[in-house]
Amino acid sequence: MGERQVEFRHVSFKYQEDMPWVLKDVSFTIGPDEWVAIIGHNGSGKSTIAKLMNGLLFPQEGEIIVDGMKVTPETVWEVRKQVGMVFQNPDNQFVGTTVRDDVAFGMENHGMPRELMVERIKESLEAVRMEAYERHEPHRLSGGQKQRIAIASVLAVSPEFIILDEATAMLDPKGRKEIMKTVSDVQQERDLSLVTITHDLQEVTLASRVIVMNGGEVWMEGTPRDVFSRKEQLTEIGLDTPFVSKMADHLKEEGLSLSREPLNHQELLEDLCTSRLNM
Amino acid sequence: MSSSLIIGQYIPTDSVIHRLDPRSKIAIIFFYVVIVFFANSVMSYGVLALFAVGSALLSRVPFRYIMKGLKPVWFLIVFTFLLHLFVTREGDVAFSIFGWDVYREGLVQGGAISLRFFLLILVTSLLTLTTTPIEITDAIEELLGPLKKVKFPVHELALMMSISLRFIPTLMQETEKISKAQASRGVDFRTGTLKDRVKAIVPLLVPLFVSAFKRAEELAMAMEARGYQGGEGRTKLRELRISKLDISLYVLFALLVIALFMTRS
Repeated sequence: MGERQVEFRHVSFKYQEDMPWVLKDVSFTIGPDEWVAIIGHNGSGKSTIAKLMNGLLFPQEGEIIVDGMKVTPETVWEVRKQVGMVFQNPDNQFVGTTVRDDVAFGMENHGMPRELMVERIKESLEAVRMEAYERHEPHRLSGGQKQRIAIASVLAVSPEFIILDEATAMLDPKGRKEIMKTVSDVQQERDLSLVTITHDLQEVTLASRVIVMNGGEVWMEGTPRDVFSRKEQLTEIGLDTPFVSKMADHLKEEGLSLSREPLNHQELLEDLCTSRLNM
Repeated sequence: MSSSLIIGQYIPTDSVIHRLDPRSKIAIIFFYVVIVFFANSVMSYGVLALFAVGSALLSRVPFRYIMKGLKPVWFLIVFTFLLHLFVTREGDVAFSIFGWDVYREGLVQGGAISLRFFLLILVTSLLTLTTTPIEITDAIEELLGPLKKVKFPVHELALMMSISLRFIPTLMQETEKISKAQASRGVDFRTGTLKDRVKAIVPLLVPLFVSAFKRAEELAMAMEARGYQGGEGRTKLRELRISKLDISLYVLFALLVIALFMTRS
């Protein structure tokens, strides 16, 4: 096994021969323990990236390397052990008739022995704080709870990478918060790289790195602070910036100087307090 | 939608019957159905009835639930009894009603056939009352296992059954949602002629089908992403195990068979 990273090397992809390219010459690397957010408009190729990483699709040009393995139909089962995926619709990825059965599904597929499964079910349900729901059926869970189970199911196989493909898009704000909390806890506890594909700007600020996709190409790459400070470029492709970021802009227009691009209310508040003193 | 929706008619009373391996239950019921047809004396029927009623009592399933299971077949039981009563013309005349002679043999045969029916339904409904649908699915997968050798897709069949079971509540919730949405647009499901009401189901079924297909597609992708590659090399979390309880059941059943053949006339 090679080094723990996912690497896209000049990847181009289209769904059908006579269709336009969905991804054009995309290259990037996701390293160990990183949290990378991928943002972009509908049709910018974000979700395609997720499916390519997991071997649900294969690129026409370029290659994708996961842990030193090239993703091909031969290596795909090995790749799927390392790259777990959580999808958008909480209902349509719940396979088991109970929570316990669903968490076991991935492990059963990989032929794990039963004793290990029982142990891992417990561990991963604890990691998402759903251990009290082990015997529950899916229709007795909320959307956020189902997504937490989906995360537990992925954790149970103990992958090195977890992709959340708009996993919070169908949830209410409370469910969204739950998921983000779960995800960041899990990422801190385990050696994991996270890839979140999202529209939610709050999610983006939690990431360590942001990749902005536009028209199938990597438009911008950098830390969230970095990306949100380049507002013109973001608005050019029709992407919004977080409220705090906009607020900071207005404050700057009014003549206030801020030391950095704030990512959340707390940061903006701190900055305002200190700048007030400087005046 | 109640939050405790249970598919099928499973009653969780956690009795000895519940704890039996579902494979044992299915197999024993199968053989019971066969041996019921060998009974031909009062005593032999008595032995069979003892087994069935005894199991029902052991299951601790409330009587009214068992009766509920028998409801759709009461008519059939009564009908066959009456049919035999009036059509059989053998033996002595027992009595006559409304100028129609009822023969002794008719009485006996009608009684026997109805009792047979009753026992069959009682025993088979005990299976669904004491076994969860998913246990039945697992048992079927195991019992049909040998058919894999002739390329029969046993695992796929079981997976299909378990996915159906999982999605029944989901689709029911969805049906409710769609019917409300359509009702708010003026579709009337409740009144009108039969033809009108059947027609009103179309705007309910079409969106339901469309969404079911979409779900199927997404679920298939999610399953693949989680490493599903067919039944080959798969391990199972839910384990079926033959316990001492099952062995006792086999012994009991063997005794039943012996008793049955000894009491036959």
